[in-house]
Amino acid sequence: MSGLEVTTGWYLTLGAMLFLIGGTGLLVRRNPLIMLMCVELMLNGVNLSFIAFADRFGDVHGHTVVLFVLVVAAAEVVVGLGLVVAVLRASPRATADDLSALKG
Amino acid sequence: MVEVVVFAVAGAACLVGAVGVVLSRNPVHAALMLVMTLFGIAVLFVALQAHFIAAVQVIVYAGAIVVLFLFVIMLLGVDRAAELSLGALPAQRWTAAAFGFGGAAVLVWLVAAVDRIFKGAHSYELERAGIVVTEADAPATSYATDVSAIARSLFSDYVYAFELTSLLLIVAVIGTVILARRSYGADGRRAGQHGGESAPAESGATPQEARQ
Repeated sequence: MSGLEVTTGWYLTLGAMLFLIGGTGLLVRRNPLIMLMCVELMLNGVNLSFIAFADRFGDVHGHTVVLFVLVVAAAEVVVGLGLVVAVLRASPRATADDLSALKG
Repeated sequence: MVEVVVFAVAGAACLVGAVGVVLSRNPVHAALMLVMTLFGIAVLFVALQAHFIAAVQVIVYAGAIVVLFLFVIMLLGVDRAAELSLGALPAQRWTAAAFGFGGAAVLVWLVAAVDRIFKGAHSYELERAGIVVTEADAPATSYATDVSAIARSLFSDYVYAFELTSLLLIVAVIGTVILARRSYGADGRRAGQHGGESAPAESGATPQEARQ
């Protein structure tokens, strides 16, 4: 026993840090593409927590939930990028702030 | 000891990549930083005995999603340096700062709480929830994490959710095709053929266009 051991708390900490970095980036950045990437960061932080808990409690259901998160993330990215393409094609220099013009 | 080294290297890659996504001015660099984070997380999945999930992570995320991002960046030609400091919404800046710092504070508290729970001091709450907390220093319980175990839970307990994801994917695909195609006029001519890239589709004579 070398004293230093990787516990579940380490993984949870890393996952929470990824979630926080992604959330902060989502609020700070204006480029819709990078905002989508930040959403991916948040989802990955949560996935890491799921797998860490699955490993801790010996429960394979955490893996299944991560699979579902992956599917939903893929669908979300596809739809989000479709929207980004539609918007940026209409006005190439649009940022997320300019989308308030959609309110009419 | 090798576990600690693996965690340190992969975790550092994750964090550097995440910060790089947020801070890089060029969207292409951000996408590549995202790849770094995703690979780090895949390594951590392997360290957590989730080999199948690690493979899916690399294939789906790095192989599909990031490639999709890069395709869109290439398609739109938005790979120029973006403005990092737009003072448009100062309230949102403050929200972001509060989210970051408040989240970090909660994080410290939470990790302490989780460690305490895992040490067994408050394990009765988990036991009441039906979760058996083994001894804190026990190695990870040997449980089947191979594809067959995941498939067994996916196709028995979660079979309705699984079928719903197929519906979700179909809706997403059809919706994206409708969203991303250029609309054609009644004569079959491309709307926006004359205006180049920036001409909107005829259904999209938006307030944005009027504002410009």
